[in-house]
Amino acid sequence: MTLLLAAFDPPYWLSTLIKVVVVSAVVPTTALILGMVFLFKIMSWMQSRLGPQEAGPRGTLQLLADGVKFLQKEDISPNGADRWVFKVAPLVVLMSTLLLYVALPTSMRLVVADLDVGVFFVLAVSSLSVIGVLMAGWASANKYSLMGALRAAGQLIAYELPMVLAVVGVIIQAGTMSLNGIVFAQADGSIFGWGGIGFPYILTQFVGFFIFIAAVQAELTQPPFDMPVAESEIVSGYQVEYTGFRFLIFFLAEFATAFAFAAIAAVLFLGGWAVPWLPTSSDWYYVLGPIVLFAKVMVVAFIIFWVRFTYPRFREDQLQSLAWKVLIPLALLNIVVTAVFKVVL
Amino acid sequence: MLALLVAQNIAFYIIAALMVVGAIRVVTTKNVMHAALWLVLVLSGAAAQYILLAAEFVAITQVLVYLGAIIVLFLFGIMLTRAKTGNDDDLDNKKSAKFIGAGIGIALLGLMGYSLIDGFGDTEFGDLMVQRTAEVSDSIFSTYLLPFEVLSVLLLAALIGAIVIARRD
Repeated sequence: MTLLLAAFDPPYWLSTLIKVVVVSAVVPTTALILGMVFLFKIMSWMQSRLGPQEAGPRGTLQLLADGVKFLQKEDISPNGADRWVFKVAPLVVLMSTLLLYVALPTSMRLVVADLDVGVFFVLAVSSLSVIGVLMAGWASANKYSLMGALRAAGQLIAYELPMVLAVVGVIIQAGTMSLNGIVFAQADGSIFGWGGIGFPYILTQFVGFFIFIAAVQAELTQPPFDMPVAESEIVSGYQVEYTGFRFLIFFLAEFATAFAFAAIAAVLFLGGWAVPWLPTSSDWYYVLGPIVLFAKVMVVAFIIFWVRFTYPRFREDQLQSLAWKVLIPLALLNIVVTAVFKVVL
Repeated sequence: MLALLVAQNIAFYIIAALMVVGAIRVVTTKNVMHAALWLVLVLSGAAAQYILLAAEFVAITQVLVYLGAIIVLFLFGIMLTRAKTGNDDDLDNKKSAKFIGAGIGIALLGLMGYSLIDGFGDTEFGDLMVQRTAEVSDSIFSTYLLPFEVLSVLLLAALIGAIVIARRD
């Protein structure tokens, strides 16, 4: 099986077709998995309730039923809305999510595009979702939407910076911006000469990991950073006028982006698709790579959602001062320390 | 190689046509928000063209700087000042300004066309060396280190200047 996969070398058009199909199938699936496991089940257990029970065994098909329900609804756009911009906005957000999956490596060759500057690409395309959010908020012709979009833009710009700076530490240590290169650097590393588990960068870049997770939380506009969609203040912000499948697209994009960011954190800090003792050139990774990465993603996603379900919302000024006065200086300090150690050691 | 180049040419013409339509709409639309959104199309088309030229670093920088930061700032500014939907009739410039704009456009077209033909002649893209990102960064941090540092000091000065101008006390 693994040998068959290794020998499979399709022509250009076929490999492109396979990549398009796989990415467009994987994105909704990851959103479904995260929504089901964390949003429905683990959230309800953390809050001492049962969660969905009826659809499917132990309620596991609830989200699928909800998705079908959304698809059946009428596609409404408000009276004063700028219809064209209003309709395209969710697609722009979804496009940013789809582009994130392009650079994500699940093993040495199971990657859509193995870019030299994979980390840079991921950070660049993740910032595109802001355009979609601003379009949605403006085109809805609704004060709450507009305020939500402005809050979202301010927040996403503020947290883009700590996120980029947190990743720089890993890039300095690995000496490459290629996501696969970072996996190799961790798999081939050794801790004081002992190469038993490679060298996952969370051991030295734990500050970067903390800042990255906090920034991801803010980029996803999840609690405790959910002022842009705060339902008790601005009735869900830029999403308020959306129904049916356009709302479903926002939902899909949010959870698929959460999965993608968890995967990027797993690659940068936890060794990605590699496992210790099995060399990275092994053919087994055609099957094992995606499974290992998925397991690590679920661990990181648990941390993200754990914080989401347990912390109350920040105030707008607290949010901005956390980014500019705490996270950015901390990230800069982390870069300086990492650079000094890189030169000295 | 030849088949790939044909595909590249077709992609180039499609993206270029989209960019031209977008660029015309930027200056003819009556809605300032729509103008900014058409500009998104033009800038992302430019990024796509860079990728066709195998300059992925320039393409990604284009996305990060222009689409992720500058356009967002445009939209943010427009939404804070004039957030109403619908058309705005006083967006158009006077006739004299239009003629000056057209003149500058034609002059730029001539200048860039001449320098491109003069610089590259009949050289096809496949004959040129594709420069990898690592080589770009190597030359920035060795040959062009001094200009790079001077530029970063200049940007820092601009940043501090902006803060000083915006301060109210």
